[in-house]
Amino acid sequence: MPKDSGIGASSKRREDVRFLTGKGKYTADISVKDQTFAAFARSSVAHGRINSIDIAAAEAMPGVLAVLTGEDFAEVGGNPAGWLITSRDGEPMKEPKRSPLAIGKVRHVGDAYAAVIAETAAQARDAVEALDADIEELDAIVDMSEAIENSDNLVHDEIGTNLCYDWGWIEDNKAAVDAAFESAPHVTSLELVNNRLSPNAMEPRVSIGDYDASTGDYTLHTTSQNPHVTRLLIGAFVMGIPENKLTVIAPDVGGGFGSKIYHYGEEAVVLAASKKINRPVKWVCDRSEAFVTDAHGRDHVTKIELATDKEGNFLAVRTETQANMGAYLSNFATVTPTFLHGTLMAGPYKTPHVYVNVKAVFTNTVPVDAYRGAGRPEATYSLERVIDKCARELGIDQLEIRRKNFIQPDQFPYTTPVALVYDTGDYDATLDKVAEIGDLAGFAARREASEAKGKLRGLGISTWIEACGIAPSALVGQLGARVGLFDAATVRVNATGSLAVMTGAHSHGQGHETVFAQVVAEKLGIAEEQIEIVHGDTSKIPFGMGSYGSRSLAVCGSAIVRATEKIIAKATKIAAHMMEADAADVVFENGNFTVAGTDKSKSFGDVALCAYVPHNFPHEELEPGLEESAFYDPANFTYPAGAYACEVEVDPDTGEVDVVGFAAADDFGNVINPMVVNGQVHGGVGQGIGQALMECVVHDGNGQPLTGSYMDYAMPRANDVPSYVVDHSCQTPCTHNPLGVKGCGEAGAIGSPPAVVNAVIDALQSGGINVTHVDMPVSPSRVWNAIQAAK
Amino acid sequence: MPDINLTLNGQAVSGTVENRTLLVDFLREGLGKTGTHVGCDTGQCGACVVHVDGVSVKSCNVFAVELDGSKVTTIEGMANADGSLGVIQQAFQDHHGLQCGFCTPGMVMTAAALLKENSDPSEAEIREYLDGNICRCTGYHNIVKSIQAAAAEMNASPVAAE
Repeated sequence: MPKDSGIGASSKRREDVRFLTGKGKYTADISVKDQTFAAFARSSVAHGRINSIDIAAAEAMPGVLAVLTGEDFAEVGGNPAGWLITSRDGEPMKEPKRSPLAIGKVRHVGDAYAAVIAETAAQARDAVEALDADIEELDAIVDMSEAIENSDNLVHDEIGTNLCYDWGWIEDNKAAVDAAFESAPHVTSLELVNNRLSPNAMEPRVSIGDYDASTGDYTLHTTSQNPHVTRLLIGAFVMGIPENKLTVIAPDVGGGFGSKIYHYGEEAVVLAASKKINRPVKWVCDRSEAFVTDAHGRDHVTKIELATDKEGNFLAVRTETQANMGAYLSNFATVTPTFLHGTLMAGPYKTPHVYVNVKAVFTNTVPVDAYRGAGRPEATYSLERVIDKCARELGIDQLEIRRKNFIQPDQFPYTTPVALVYDTGDYDATLDKVAEIGDLAGFAARREASEAKGKLRGLGISTWIEACGIAPSALVGQLGARVGLFDAATVRVNATGSLAVMTGAHSHGQGHETVFAQVVAEKLGIAEEQIEIVHGDTSKIPFGMGSYGSRSLAVCGSAIVRATEKIIAKATKIAAHMMEADAADVVFENGNFTVAGTDKSKSFGDVALCAYVPHNFPHEELEPGLEESAFYDPANFTYPAGAYACEVEVDPDTGEVDVVGFAAADDFGNVINPMVVNGQVHGGVGQGIGQALMECVVHDGNGQPLTGSYMDYAMPRANDVPSYVVDHSCQTPCTHNPLGVKGCGEAGAIGSPPAVVNAVIDALQSGGINVTHVDMPVSPSRVWNAIQAAK
Repeated sequence: MPDINLTLNGQAVSGTVENRTLLVDFLREGLGKTGTHVGCDTGQCGACVVHVDGVSVKSCNVFAVELDGSKVTTIEGMANADGSLGVIQQAFQDHHGLQCGFCTPGMVMTAAALLKENSDPSEAEIREYLDGNICRCTGYHNIVKSIQAAAAEMNASPVAAE
């Protein structure tokens, strides 16, 4: 029987009530007394030299309080890249300075070069129109190959190249990989594009800067997935504000998907402007701005080769990728195509030799950074597509070719040739499971039924793995990370036995307020309702690296468990004191402390009260109070994996693709709240189907974005996706964190795009149409053109 | 600037607006009712759906000044009189029909409009009706389930639909 509370229960989400009644408190909903409003002047050209900005007319507009330009930030530091990548030749990556407002040049459409602060939002916008900026348009650098070859036209003149880095992983593997290809009986190669996406969290970004001249304190309310990281970036790097003088609050946040990890220039501008005018400054991004300022995702061009023997045993994988950085390095931009991508190129397979090359390129386009899955969808897509093509070339069943190459359960821990150590997994189990829940046995009959109505039906498989629970600080430090990726928690037991749990995770849809309470309730044997989860405010929680990379439960949740264990240890001492027993004899079970072998017992609530009414404590041995903190640094990444099966119907006359079935069997290790986990997979798969069939950010040859609104950028709507069949009953618990959990947030977005595209190819091939690849998004026109070309 | 009077969630309210003030801005900034959200600027996302005289409307696509004398219902008006969740709201919680909650007010208002028009919609009809509402979190699966469950609940106990 399913549990009704604690670990494993589908507890209803407590946060839902406020969201369902209009009582959520998103940043745009917050009004600060005497607030003013900011609007930004943004470049309409992709590449231009700022000759002058005349602000006089704007300053004279009604309600205008201040105008800021890049010159106001000439003395402050730049927004840094969080990860230093070293090129194959040993040189560090090129890292141009990124100012909150552009100085000297504008480098993408939407690049902000001035900000107007006014009494109302409308006045600020009106005044932006009155700015007179002389911006001389330069040739835009859009295509990555041209950017690399053309050293005369540079996005950043001062670095002398458009190449950020040329990275090899692992360089020492290269000779063996090349040799394996030389002698391989069969080589399959594929060139593919991983399309640029706009994350499109439904809540646009908002920031409110509030400087208090009487104390020198800054407060920033902002739409962030990681308020402490934002505080660190603004304080230590961009503006030089000490942490004790800067509070960052991220209240309810309406989705992130990566795009709200990063520190954006607007946050620094509202803080600086607030100090300048001595009043709070609020900025609310609109969707049109979001399309040209929120960091985009993906945008890789890859050539992948797979060497096999005639039986389909994998011998080697080799890839060459161009990764678009856009115009500036966003905070995680450099690590996404490298350590979050190259290290995953072994997949769940025992391929002995793997080599990955990535060239990161500056272009006059919106910056690109981590978006749901971040590097791992790109790796999975390349690998699962080339395997599919290989299976077809060799005439091997698509499930069979995967099975014969899977790492086997008795091989863990398994060190891949690209330097990860998978701790546990069972890839056949999830593939068996998806065959069952997706009723693959019935596919032939369904294909027949589709054909009877003139449609081609295809089945696509993808077996994916990711490294998440980011990350062991020691490891990422060796690889160039400029931050630690541990996390922190404080558990505060109140005198009446209720709890506040402060976590470094940030919930922007994941349901932490419910799920983390389930974990603590289980550990302490108390009711979930007694526990409050506090997050999103640097003044209330000890520290935190935030939520991304499917890390919240695996890392932040582990910190909560560790802090809870300390609570139990301290409470055991108090209970022993209360019952005049030796602490070693006191057992904690089901919320009660009992002296073993006796009927002496104290409830958790009794002990909590005693901690705060310590009338006869031996103070040298026992402190009053009951509050503990823990910092948790994982020993390894976690490695969730799964198998996805997608069925599509393709209309051979129009090229239209309809996803008619999608089954996902995942291994997330232990699961705290099955309902929430299923929801995470649904959402990820929905985004993956969007990437596969619909979504793409397009810049024209002049760097002008052609997809600047929901009129032009195709977001998946309810009618574009099917109902999903999901399962997470295959569980190989993580071996190195106290909950045995692996993380589920990104899975759906990682595993689904290749399953969809493989299904489209399968459908076309079933109709005798010899199409071996169609780039994403697999739109009707692309499919139709591919069909015509194959005729 | 014109004065307007309207009934919001059963209460008489009034305010002075610019001619260019959108209904959503009047609700959020003028009346402090921030449950109605703005997710885009092209009338596409549906986060701002409210009911005007019983009909669902994207409140970013109407001027406040047009609505003098109208009856407007927002997400803040959807709970039961005792403050408990209404049938549709409860179905969304029971079936995990929301994650970040930002699109949710529009989804609930659209669902209410659908169930008023069609008390027993099929899955296909629900998906078709949600065409004007974008959700980025849920993949729509549980939103559809929530609306199906709300319909079933309303049909089982017709009073709940009132």
